[in-house]
Formats: sequence, structure tokens, C-alpha cells
Amino acid sequence: MSATASSLQFPLSHDQARRVEDAFTGLDASQLQWLSGYAAGLAASGVATAPAIAPQADVGETWTILYGSQTGNGEGIASRLADDARARGYTVKLASLADYKPSALKKETLASFIISTHGEGDPPDDAELVHEFLLSAKAPGLEKLRYNVLALGDSSYVNFCQTGREFDARLAELGGERLTSIVECDVDFQDAAGEWAEATFNALPEPANVASVGPQLRAVPDAPVFDRNTPLLAEVQTVQRITGRDSSKSVYHVELSLDDSGLLYAPGDSLAVMPVNPPALVDEVLDVTGIDGDTTVDVDGQTIALREALSTKLEITALSLPFLTAWAAHSNDASLEALAAGDNKEALSDLIDSHQVIDILHRFPASVDGQSLADSLRRLAPRSYSIASSLTANPDEVHLTVAEVAYEAFDRPHWGSASTYLGRRLEEGDRVAVYVETNNRFRLPDNPEAPIIMIGPGTGVAPFRAFVEERAEQEASGRNWLFFGERNFDSDFLYQLEWLRHLKQGSLERLDVAFSRDQAEKIYVQHRIRDNAAELVRWIDDGAHVYVCGDAKHMAPDVHAALRDALVAQRGVDADTAEQALKDLRQQGRYQRDVY
Amino acid sequence: MSKLSDVERIKTDSRHLRGSLSESLEAAITGALAEDDTQLSKFHGIYQQDDRDLRAERKRQKLEPAYSFMIRARVPGGLCTPAQWLNMDRVATEYANGSIRLTTRQAFQLHGVIKRRLKATVAGINAAMMDTLAACGDVNRNVMAPPLSSSNRVYAAVQQHARELSDHLTPATGAYHEIWLDGEKLPTPEVEPIYGDTYLPRKFKTAFVIPPQNDTDIFAQDLGFIAIVEDDQLIGYNVTVGGGMGMSHGEPATYPRLADQLGFVSVEDHLKVGEAVVTTQRDYGDRTNRKHARLKYTIDDRGIEWLRDEVARRAGVELQAPRPFEFVANGDAYGWQQDEAGAWHYLFFVENGRVSDVGERRLLSGLRAIAKLDVGEFRLTPNQNLTISNLSDAQKATVSALLAEYGITNSDRASALRLNSMACVAMPTCSLAMAESERYLPDLVSKLDAAMNAAGLDNEAITIRMTGCPNGCARPYIAEIGLVGKGPGTYNLYLGAGFAGDRLGCLYRENINEAEILAALTPLFEAYAADREPDEHFGRFCIRTGVIREVTAGLNFHGAAA
Ligand code: SRM
Ligand SMILES: Cc1cc2nc3c(=O)[nH]c(=O)nc-3n(C[C@H](O)[C@H](O)[C@H](O)COP(=O)(O)OP(=O)(O)OC[C@H]3O[C@@H](n4cnc5c(N)ncnc54)[C@H](O)[C@@H]3O)c2cc1C
Ligand SMILES: Cc1cc2nc3c(=O)[nH]c(=O)nc-3n(C[C@H](O)[C@H](O)[C@H](O)COP(=O)(O)O)c2cc1C
Ligand code: SF4
Repeated sequence: MSATASSLQFPLSHDQARRVEDAFTGLDASQLQWLSGYAAGLAASGVATAPAIAPQADVGETWTILYGSQTGNGEGIASRLADDARARGYTVKLASLADYKPSALKKETLASFIISTHGEGDPPDDAELVHEFLLSAKAPGLEKLRYNVLALGDSSYVNFCQTGREFDARLAELGGERLTSIVECDVDFQDAAGEWAEATFNALPEPANVASVGPQLRAVPDAPVFDRNTPLLAEVQTVQRITGRDSSKSVYHVELSLDDSGLLYAPGDSLAVMPVNPPALVDEVLDVTGIDGDTTVDVDGQTIALREALSTKLEITALSLPFLTAWAAHSNDASLEALAAGDNKEALSDLIDSHQVIDILHRFPASVDGQSLADSLRRLAPRSYSIASSLTANPDEVHLTVAEVAYEAFDRPHWGSASTYLGRRLEEGDRVAVYVETNNRFRLPDNPEAPIIMIGPGTGVAPFRAFVEERAEQEASGRNWLFFGERNFDSDFLYQLEWLRHLKQGSLERLDVAFSRDQAEKIYVQHRIRDNAAELVRWIDDGAHVYVCGDAKHMAPDVHAALRDALVAQRGVDADTAEQALKDLRQQGRYQRDVY
Repeated sequence: MSKLSDVERIKTDSRHLRGSLSESLEAAITGALAEDDTQLSKFHGIYQQDDRDLRAERKRQKLEPAYSFMIRARVPGGLCTPAQWLNMDRVATEYANGSIRLTTRQAFQLHGVIKRRLKATVAGINAAMMDTLAACGDVNRNVMAPPLSSSNRVYAAVQQHARELSDHLTPATGAYHEIWLDGEKLPTPEVEPIYGDTYLPRKFKTAFVIPPQNDTDIFAQDLGFIAIVEDDQLIGYNVTVGGGMGMSHGEPATYPRLADQLGFVSVEDHLKVGEAVVTTQRDYGDRTNRKHARLKYTIDDRGIEWLRDEVARRAGVELQAPRPFEFVANGDAYGWQQDEAGAWHYLFFVENGRVSDVGERRLLSGLRAIAKLDVGEFRLTPNQNLTISNLSDAQKATVSALLAEYGITNSDRASALRLNSMACVAMPTCSLAMAESERYLPDLVSKLDAAMNAAGLDNEAITIRMTGCPNGCARPYIAEIGLVGKGPGTYNLYLGAGFAGDRLGCLYRENINEAEILAALTPLFEAYAADREPDEHFGRFCIRTGVIREVTAGLNFHGAAA
């Protein structure tokens, strides 16, 4: 970011320019985008003088808004809430739990927690330490604290909103007083989050200095902001299968055009895609339930044909708890009801992982009308895809690497919604609704000289394509090392030609690969990490940042263990010390993960 | 002096063919070898190829080409034991594409071996005392010798000489054992007594032949030994030099050439004379231009007299005037025959040398069953065919039954044109192919059979050979109908070659497709049926009737000598 100074110098004094530069350092694309609108708003309101934006200084009790967010949803909610609160005159401190000293908790009097759940009921990475501290015996009494919790989650996971629930319960246990009761959000969190924010404001005392509220600091949407409600309709440029013809899987490279939409992203961000469900599956749902697709139903206050609702509004692939509960009632099936009650979490989890909505419709027939069907189905949620391109290297484009979910089960073909939409149903020239999910916890080092180690088997390699492109474009001198793995060398070496080119050109220093099905014994990236432990630890000692992307269930823990073992072996320390070293790396932002 | 060709640098730097092959094999991020190593691997009998059918597709998939390797195993004189056959079958099935390819030089080729299986494959081949060293590269290649002779005594003597010469000219480098068989690494490179550090300027090919059959196409060889037999005794050889087929389209300085006779030598001298020819070519062959580096060009540049003197001097052997002999055909003599000792031999047609199971003709399985009997010998022929040899009466009966059971004897009913056809490998593996060959010639022959039948030439033997490019791997310039790939679906048509491989063909039509090939040949078949003289072969007929100019030397292949 240091290059911005000269371009900013002209209208500003030297000192101003320095201060502006300082203020901008470390901001990401969307923050800068927001600021440009903010500045425009200030200019337009004619009050762009310094004092106007400091009404809340030194007044009233500080309201601490803390978030633990992995994919940016919670962070977005938290920062909007903070803006809103400041605008209403509150004194607000906004922080990520990653930057928050756990011991400071006992001094807080007013705090809101916005926290999601990841892994299998685990806290997001940035909340890990506070979570651990809070649940431990070391946790202090919090009698002075008034708090509330907004939990983010996904009801297709059995441990729905687990981390939020744990925070909420534990804070009360430690003596805290609830400001409002917890609100648990599903993937369509916008409305619920808005209601929770309103309830919070209602529960708070009036701000001390309402009268001195300055201008409305709403951004003038000069640079457009795309989000779930106002996605960009991006044109499809290319959809290319990039696994060879004998591959056991289909992975697609998808290129979307940004034209001059102004959409910005940085390597590490993901792109949310609003899917359209497979037409054959929509037909099958109508067929099993025996409902006419032209029947109209109300969805979110809109009256539309059921067929349309099943295509674009409702989740008809992935299962969720609310659907199972509703369907248990419709089908009057005791076994399903028992499952949905969630007493046997394992069975429930197995069911959700291995079945889709259509399987339940087949297995537990029920006679329902269109509206009941629509009401029992969850809202169709956008799917995230790691952005596989660097905007600098590919102006006006965004690339994705999409693994198709398509499999046979119960004598029926099954499809994933978004992956087959992107891979198979979209054609060049079609438009697809997308928006960027900023991910500040998955970023290249600021220092272009710092080495990086990227561990990205399968589609986990996607963001590293962006990383390497970006570093090549910046002519960053830091060495880049990639670990990649897949099933078969011949057909599944994603972006092989590009990696070979980067190696030749020096934009990739090392590439280690593991193909699990090319030999009798299974070999994965973690084996390659162990094979190269000495070199890897040398890189870490040289200041390398380590990145892991891809499968959350098996890969990420296995890779973590391999990294720990590498430290144990090379530094001659015990496992706990190595674990602590990884934690420290994580705290320093030198061990970042984006796993799903 | 002009600059040495790049391959010369690679050879010089290679530490006797080691290069960085071991590292290349280890590199897991590519199915290819390092670029220089792809030249060196050839000396070890290994060619890097890629599936050309998939090239464009894989590029779009951002995947490197579907690299695989062709491995050529030497079989001096084409002779192999049933155990060796079984081993080759096992290796082909386990590591390669499940078929065995018999070559135009009596060797085995496996296709589709991927890099990470390469070592295991080479080791597998070696397990049966066969090797791939010097099957390719700038060295002496597989030495050919006839699979059969009316006299078994002569056959055996010639076989032995071929084997001796083959052993004598095999490179001494330990690189092969080191790289492929995990042999011990020598502290300093061994001495290459014949080749020196830079080997030969180009490939070098040697064959033996026993008249009257010219099955090994002696005139297409750099070095040839024509057996001279008196009273059923092998007394010596007429030595031939300077044959070769390869040329490039549009480059008249390159041309196929038939060998000259250097002179007669007695049996004891064949090794000395052979070595002298090789070392002369080593020292005088053109190392600056690989398209001008074969012995045939050295001879046309310096004269046959010069070579004769040089060889005589180096070998310390007097070369006598060639002895008379006669060739009748350059094809194989099919069917059962019994030699003077009473042993049975069955030579049968293997279309384009491809041994695999296709429909009712289950060659691969049938030959496996026969090899498992562990009787007799397998002899590969220079026309991509096979002989099951040395069977007693009882064994003949058992083998016959198996041949019938697996549909192998079906080929006895093939047309004479088909039995005299050969095609090189070409697509999809050969990186030099411009047109189809092996995959296409069988269809074309069916269509030509129809035209010949219509002309009343039902069972007339005409030699027809096709290659996918002008390199001439199936020796098309010495077939009466020579078809040489020019582009996808188009060929140059050569006519007028000698039925015994003793005269080059001449370009008749350029760049023609199938319809044009049929249109060109049909009237010639009709004329041949109507106007030929007794025992006149098609090639000779074309010359006598003025259809085509007679080519009398390589230098006037492209037109009158300059
Ligand atoms: C397998 C075989 C043809 C067949 O259908 O049986 C063959 C196949 C190839 N030949 Fe050949 N040649 C084969 C006999 C010949 C012959 C016939 C002969 O030796 O009697 C010739 C013509 C005689 C001659 O050498 O002049 C022949 C002249 C060539 C040439 C041209 C040489 C020249 O001097 O111009 C090349 C290309 C080159 O060397 O640059 C070549 C190159 C090749 C390569 C290795 C292509 C390459 O360099 O990348 C082909 C591999 C194709 C594949 O996918 O398998 N091959 N090649 C024969 C293997 C013989 C063996 O066992 O060693
Ligand atoms: C931050 C993040 C980044 C991501 N990046 C990428 C990326 O770069 N590339 C990528 O391809 N994906 C990525 N994903 C995953 C992606 O978001 C989708 O989850 C995935 O593409 C599947 O979505 P879908 O709509 O096709 O399938 P859905 O319609 O959601 O269907 C999935 C459902 O099918 C069932 N199912 C799936 N497979 C099986 C099976 N084998 N057996 C039985 N049941 C099965 C399960 O019930 C599962 O819930 C990422 C996810 C996150 C959170
Ligand atoms: C890999 C992964 C695992 C998840 N696991 C859970 C889970 O166990 N329980 C749950 O309620 N939600 C789970 N979720 C859903 C997230 O909590 C949800 O998407 C939330 O909106 C993310 O908020 P954030 O972007 O602030 O992290 C998971 C999401 C991902 C990507
Ligand atoms: S003749 Fe040409 S196409 Fe045929 S195998 Fe030889 S090099 Fe390949």
C-alpha cells in the first residue's frame, strides 16, 4: 500500500498526505471502496471538517462489539452495527476476537458478541483463543457485564450455532446479564440479524449525546457495493472442465466477466454465487409430491409459481434441521421425527451428509400442498467459492475452481445445486448473481519478501492460483511453495500447465504433489509435508506464512498434525510446545486457513 | 566448420548417456523428462511420446500433454524364447497399453508406459534377459537376421553371426544398469571402445540376409551382410553399405537410398569389417546436420571407393569382388515349412505387427497359450510377422490346434495384398506422424482388394507399405505401392519399386486422399491385369509401360541426378 502516497500528494499537504496514507494502510479493497463513498458523502454534505465526525468522544459508557467470523458474514454485520451505533451517538469499540485480550473481558460492562460456528461445531479461527479461555476454569467472574449474542450458523449442520450458544450460556454462567436473548441465524441471516440489532438498541440506554450527532455518515454508493440483496449479474466467459477425460471427478474452471461493474476483490476472498437448482431435480420434486408446478406460492412476500420457487428460492438439495422437522410433521413419521428431534446427533449428522431433500421426499411420502412444501423448505443459500484469480493479473475477471457434486445414491442420480449450475448448466454469455465475501483472515503477507507456503489439495488450490498470480504480478521477491494433492496425476493435476510455467519463471519456487490413487498406499499432502519437514521448518524460521485451504473435515486436521510433527522433529520440542508455536503463528497471522 | 548439432552437445555432456535421467524420473510434477534427457533416453530404448488424439483437449484442460513412453526391446535376429515372450506379454499387460508391437526390425515395442512405471517396465523386460539398451539412439540398432531359411544349418550360422555383431556393437556404458536396474554407480565413466564419448553421428542399422528371400530388406540398411552359401555351407558375406529410407518432404537434399555392395568377406572377418564400417562412419559422418548424418550421405559425399579403402585399411581385411546371388521377394514366406532336420516352423501374418485380441482373432491370448507350452521358439520377422519355430511333429499338432482355437490361422485366408502390406505405427503415439498409418491401412487394403478383385487380380501379390511421414519406418520406398503421409488424410503415392526390395519407387501422385488413391490405382490394376507379361510384378510393369520413371539411385530419387 505504500505506493499510494504519490498519487495522493497533489491536493494535500505533505503532512495530510502522510496521515491519509497511514489511515489507509492495511485496508482491504471493500473497505477502501466504502471509504471512497464515505468521503464522497462528506464532500456532498458540505461538512467535511474534522470535528464533525467526533461527536461521541469521551461520552458515555463504551459499547464493545466483538465478532468471531471466518467467512466475513459476522464481520460485516458487526461493522454495520458499529457504524449504525456511532451514527446514533454511542461510543463504540469494534474488534475481532482475534485482536482481543481475553483478560480484558472482566472490565467490560456492555458487550455484544457476533459469532459464527465452523468445522463441526467449532469456533471460527479468530475466536479460538477467547473461546478456549472463556470455557476454561481460568475464566473470571463477569458480574459487571451486560451482553448479548448473535449466533451465525447453518441449519444443515447438526451443531447448529454451537459456538454462539456456548458463548451465550457461559457468559451467563460467569455472572453476565443478558441484554437480549440469543438470536440464532441460519444461512439467510440478514433479516434475523437486523431484528436482533433493533432489539439490542431497544435494550440499551439512550446515548449520552444524541443531540450532537453529526451528518448521517451513510456512504453515498458511488463505488457500488454488491451483496446478497444486490448481487452483480456477472457474464459467464468460460466454463472449462479441467480434469482429464479419465478422471473420477469433474472440476471446472469458470471465468466470469466483471465488465466495468467496479466490483473489487483481493486474493483470499471468496465469491458467493446464487445458484439455480437443477431443472430435472425441480421436476422430480414436483413429481414425488404430485404438486402442479404452476401452483402459486408465497415466498418472502412474493407470489410466484412453485416451479420458479423451487428453482431459485428454495433449497432442494442440502438438508437442514427445520426442513426435517417440518417434514416429520407432514409425513407423520415417528422415526423421522425422532431423528429431527436431534437426540441422536450422529445419526442426524449422517443423514444430512448422505441424503438430499429428494431422498427424504421419496422415503417419507406426505401429502402436502404447494404452500406447505414451500414453507418447509429452507431459503436457497448462496454458495461460496474461493476466488482463483488475481484481479491485477486478470483485470475485469473473476475465476473460480468448481468441483462438481454429482453422485449416484439410492438408485437415483444426485446433483449439487451450485456446482452443477456453474459447471454444467451455465453457458457463455449467461449471467450469474454473485458478490464478494471479503476474507481478511486469508491474506498474502504485506511484506513481499516474506516466503509463503501454500497447502491446497483439491479445489483448495484455487486461492493459491490467485496468490501466485498476484505475487508474480507484484514481482514479489518472496519465495512461494505449493503443496498440491488430488487423486490421479494424469487427470486431476489442477492447473498443471500454469504451475509448470510459474516454476519455470520463478514465480513458484517449489511444488510438491501427492496423488492418492496412483499407488497402492494412499499418499496425501500431509505425507509430503512430513517428507519435507526440515526444509519447511527452515522456511518458517525464515518468516514464511503458512496457508491451508480445502477440506475442513480430514485434510485440515491432518495437515495441522503434520505441521506440528514437523516442528517437533526439527526443533526437538514436545508436541505441546509445537502446538503452542502454531498458535503463536496463527496469532501473528502467519498460519491462516480457509477450509470448508 | 559449421556448428555441431545440439544432440552432439547433449551426448558430450551426458557422461555416457546418464544426463539427468535419474532426476527426471523422480520429478513427480510432470510426466515428461527434462528436454535434454528425452534425447538420451532413446539410447536406452525409450521414447517420450504423447497421445496426439488428446493434445488439444488437454491443453484446454490446463493439463500437460498425456505423456507416455514407447519402449523398444532389442531382439537380435528376432529370436526369442517362449519364456521371454511370456515376460513381454506380462510387462505389456501390467505396465503398457496391453498390446505388443512387433516392429519392422524384429524388435518389440510397448506403448503407453507412463513415467512412474518406466523403471519397473525396463526392469521387467530385463528380468527375461532382454534389454532395451541401444534399441534407439545414435548407435547400432537391433541387428536383423532372417527368421527362416530352407537350411537350418545356414540359418543357425547367420543367427550366431548376427548375435556376435550385435554384442560387439552394444555400448559399454554402465549408465543403463545404473539408472534402470539400480546398478552400482561407477566412480568414473567407463570407456566406450567403439563409440567413444559422443557415439555415432546418427542411428546405424545392420542386417543379415539369406537369399533368395530379401526379408530383412538388406538394401535399406546402413550395413548389410548377404549370406553366400555354397554346397549348403555358409562361406561368407557380400557386405553392403549406405542404405536408408528417411527423407523429409520438400527437402531434395534428403532421399532414400539403396545400399551399395562393398565386397565379399569370409565368415571369420565379418566382425572386423562391421566394426570398421561403424568407426569410419563415427569419424566421418556429418555431425553438424542430422538430416545429412547417415552413412548414405557420407558415401555420396566421399564416394564408395573411398569407403572401401578406409574399411579395408581399418579392418586389415581384403575385400573381394561380390559373389553372385539372387533375391525373389522382400516379403515373408508364410505358412508351415519343415527344415532339413525335420523341425516345423509356422510363419503367420500379424497385421501391422500389432499383437492384441481383436474380435475372434485373439492373438495375444493365443500366443500366451502357445508360449505356456514352453516348446520351440518365437521368431519375429522383419515384416512385423511372427514364426513359431522348431516344433516336433507332436508339438506341431498341439500348436496347430491352439492357432485354430484362437483364430490365428484366419490370416491364412487374407488377400495376397494384405499379406504383403506393412504400416508404421504413426498416430496416435508417433510424434512425427503427419497422417494415420497403422490405424488406417487395413481399411484401405480392403478397398484396394475390391478394386483388384474387380480387375481380376484376385490373388496377385503386390507389396504395399504405408508410413505416416517420409521417415519411412515401414520401408515404403521399396514397396510396389508406397504411401507416405503428407497431411491428415493425404499421402504421396510411389510406384515402380522392385518386388524384391531391389529398386526404389518413384513419386507418382502427391498429396492425395483416399478417393484419389483409389482413382489412381484402379486403372493401373486393370491395365496390369490386361497387359502384364508372365511373372511380371506390378512395380516392373509400371516402369515397362511408362507409368513411372525408373529410379536407379538415391541421388535421382527426386528427379534426374543434378
Ligand atoms: C516401430 C517402427 C515402425 C514399425 O511400424 O515397426 C519405427 C517407429 C518409429 N521410428 Fe522408425 N521405426 C521403425 C523402423 C524404421 C525403419 C525401417 C528399418 O530400420 O528397416 C526406418 C527406415 C530405415 C532408415 O533408418 O533409414 C526408420 C526410419 C526412421 C526415421 C528416419 C531416419 C532418417 O535417417 O531419416 C526416424 C526419424 C529420425 O530418426 O529422425 C524414425 C523414428 C521413429 C520413431 C521412433 C519416431 C520418433 O523418432 O519419435 C517411431 C516410433 C513410433 C511409435 O510410436 O512407435 N524412424 N524406422 C520400427 C522400429 C524398428 C526397430 O525395432 O528398431
Ligand atoms: C469459504 C468456502 C470456500 C469454498 N471454495 C470452494 C471452491 O473453491 N471450490 C469448490 O468447488 N467448492 C468450494 N466450496 C464449497 C462450495 O461452497 C459448495 O459447498 C459446493 O460446491 C457444493 O455446493 P452445491 O450447491 O453444488 O451442492 P449442494 O446443493 O449444497 O449439495 C451438497 C449436498 O449433497 C450431499 N452430498 C454431496 N456429496 C455427497 C456424496 N458423495 N454422497 C452423499 N451425499 C452427498 C450432501 O447432503 C451435501 O450437503 C467452498 C466453501 C466455502 C465455505
Ligand atoms: C466449513 C464450514 C463449517 C461449518 N460448520 C457449521 C456448524 O457446525 N454449525 C453451524 O451452525 N454452522 C456451520 N457453518 C456455517 C457458518 O457458520 C455460516 O456460514 C455463517 O454464516 C458464517 O459466518 P462467518 O462468515 O461470520 O464466519 C459452517 C460453515 C463452513 C464454511
Ligand atoms: S514413418 Fe514417420 S509416422 Fe511412421 S512411425 Fe516412422 S516416424 Fe512415425
